[in-house]
Amino acid sequence: MRHIISVLMENEPGALSRVVGLFSQRNFNIESLTVAPTEDETLSRLTVTTIGDDRVIEQITKQLNKLIDVVKVVDLSEGEHIERELMMIKFKANGQMRAEIKRTADIFRGQIIDITPNTYTVQLVGSSEKLDAFITSLGNTCIMEVVRSGVSGISRGEKVLAV
Amino acid sequence: MELLSGAEMVVRALRDEGVKYIYGYPGGALLHVYDALFQQNEVEHVLVRHEQAATHMADAYARATGKAGVALVTSGPGATNAVTGIATAYMDSIPMVVITGQVMSFLIGEDAFQETDMLGISRPIVKHNFSVTRAEDIPSIIKKAFYIAQTGRPGPVVIDIPKDMTAPTERFPYEYPKSVKLRSYSPVTKGHSGQIRKAVDMLLAAKRPMIYTGGGVIMGDASRELIELAHLLNYPVTNTLMGLGGFPGTDGQFVGMLGMHGSYEANMAMHHSDLILAVGARFDDRVTNGVDKFCPTARIVHIDIDPASISKTIQADVPIVGPAKVVLDDMIQLVKESKKRPDAEAIAAWWKQIDEWRARHGGRYRTDDSEMMKPQQVIEMLCKVTEGDAYVCSDVGQHQMFAAQYYKYNKPNRWINSGGLGTMGFGLPAAMGVKMNFPNEEVVCVTGEGSIQMNIQELSTCKQYDIPVKIICLNNQSLGMVRQWQDMNYESRHSQSYMNSLPDFVKLVESYGHVGIKVTKYSELESAMREAFAMKDRLVFMDIMVDPFEHVYPMQVPRGSMRDMWLSKTERT
Repeated sequence: MRHIISVLMENEPGALSRVVGLFSQRNFNIESLTVAPTEDETLSRLTVTTIGDDRVIEQITKQLNKLIDVVKVVDLSEGEHIERELMMIKFKANGQMRAEIKRTADIFRGQIIDITPNTYTVQLVGSSEKLDAFITSLGNTCIMEVVRSGVSGISRGEKVLAV
Repeated sequence: MELLSGAEMVVRALRDEGVKYIYGYPGGALLHVYDALFQQNEVEHVLVRHEQAATHMADAYARATGKAGVALVTSGPGATNAVTGIATAYMDSIPMVVITGQVMSFLIGEDAFQETDMLGISRPIVKHNFSVTRAEDIPSIIKKAFYIAQTGRPGPVVIDIPKDMTAPTERFPYEYPKSVKLRSYSPVTKGHSGQIRKAVDMLLAAKRPMIYTGGGVIMGDASRELIELAHLLNYPVTNTLMGLGGFPGTDGQFVGMLGMHGSYEANMAMHHSDLILAVGARFDDRVTNGVDKFCPTARIVHIDIDPASISKTIQADVPIVGPAKVVLDDMIQLVKESKKRPDAEAIAAWWKQIDEWRARHGGRYRTDDSEMMKPQQVIEMLCKVTEGDAYVCSDVGQHQMFAAQYYKYNKPNRWINSGGLGTMGFGLPAAMGVKMNFPNEEVVCVTGEGSIQMNIQELSTCKQYDIPVKIICLNNQSLGMVRQWQDMNYESRHSQSYMNSLPDFVKLVESYGHVGIKVTKYSELESAMREAFAMKDRLVFMDIMVDPFEHVYPMQVPRGSMRDMWLSKTERT
């Protein structure tokens, strides 16, 4: 099953490599990974999406917790949460496709953020599934480039991941 | 406040940490530190002949005392030579602080002379590592390193220090921190009381209980508590390879080591048990054999300081995260307070069964069909001559298994071997590290002609520092464990497992200034061994010719259950 694991860690050089190294060292899988400093500049927040059965996910969270630079770990998928991913996608936009891309982007609440006579670049925010659906709905033929941020997540309600 | 250079702070911090010996090898990146070492005499440096040996010496000191050992190696090749020793300590959860030199900070990343990314290389084999980016951080980093290495589940910590951080020209006010607090690291100090109560209830209700303990009891200093609990309950105890000595080897309740080369009775009892109390052990693949067939009727209580060790390979029914010493102590109190008693009838029947297993196969080996000395005989003689009281530092291979099976360890911290990583070449430097710190104790290196040659250069260090260890070399002229597997799984095709052109070990050790004794007949063994141990202030190398065709038994059948064992070349369970 797919899990979103959120990690609060020291904003120190080498901290990210410890996390990434742990995943490859222990044969855990990484689907996507995002990391950036938080409002407290001594801390970074890392979100990793991974796939594994309960035993594997338990090991992932335990092993992450063992890293000295890791302050807190939470498996967001255990509770109610919101996940978002940002995608920028560049299309070859000629003739009929120009209108088609615009229409589909509107349906998905995407925005066109760059235009040339032959291209559109669309920005879309949503769950990974929604981004996948957008790509599928326009087919591969006109896509020139896709860039995705990887998943970020936060729990619903008053629960927070903080020191 | 005193002003010290980075190099002086390194040395002073080690002194303030209570370090007596450090083991190392100088090089360009460490010259400032070595100069600071030269100008004081509180921290003594031991010059090894290869950096791997420095790490093993520090590691063995830690295994014998529970305190972190310290190694000091230069950048580049010095650091990479230390990698095997760091990995060895990591796999066995041994506290160690390894200080590596690094090129000047402004050269890092430029492929400078003797530069290597030691932080990157060591990352998967350390508990943590540090890079010094400001010289004034040196005292606090060293404090943190010792704290991390020695608390929780212990492990090695690397501190990488660029040369310019130790420059004698820059001085800083020095103060060694009294304590350290890390917001992201707080090891547990106590087990969950509800879980402990549940575990004790299960323990008292068990009909076929087994207490299975590992290195956590040794490094967690929980041997006394283990003995008390086991005696209170009269339950059988088995130890892992890392756990030997945690429970006295001559105690009637001890059923021997378990696992791949565990005793018949220990493996049979594990397989048939209804409750396993695992303490400071990690259900390693060399213990469990096939995990899907592991102890089918047993419920499992697992005590470990490291939550990640619990339910990693075998699901625990009652997980207890905490230090073995504290948790066992809580259990002892609860057992004493409880109105329930163990089911005497069931336990008596269980012991009867175990005694039957013991009588059937306990610790046998054949001596009748060959003129050759058996390696087992040598270990039994060693146990007799040293009265079971020596520090036994083993290398890796068949001799290691024989030393585990046939020497009876009655005290913790006396059986010192590379269990997790299985590092050949560990034995001699390990023995050196122990002997330097326990000069009045008998310290033995049990090795083979293969392993000893992996760090034989240290005979020179032994001469320089007068380290009179006794080396028992079980010479079977082959890489015995490899050969055994080839016999059993590859129709005796002995690919590269025969050691040709061996040196004359007696002459070799004599050239280093030590004493060598060669033994070829069992009838001469005892007198030769007594003669060797009578030479208290000399290193004696005993080259003992043993049967090259001997196998280690029992041996579990791969991917079988605990009870699936070969008991000899022809018998199987």
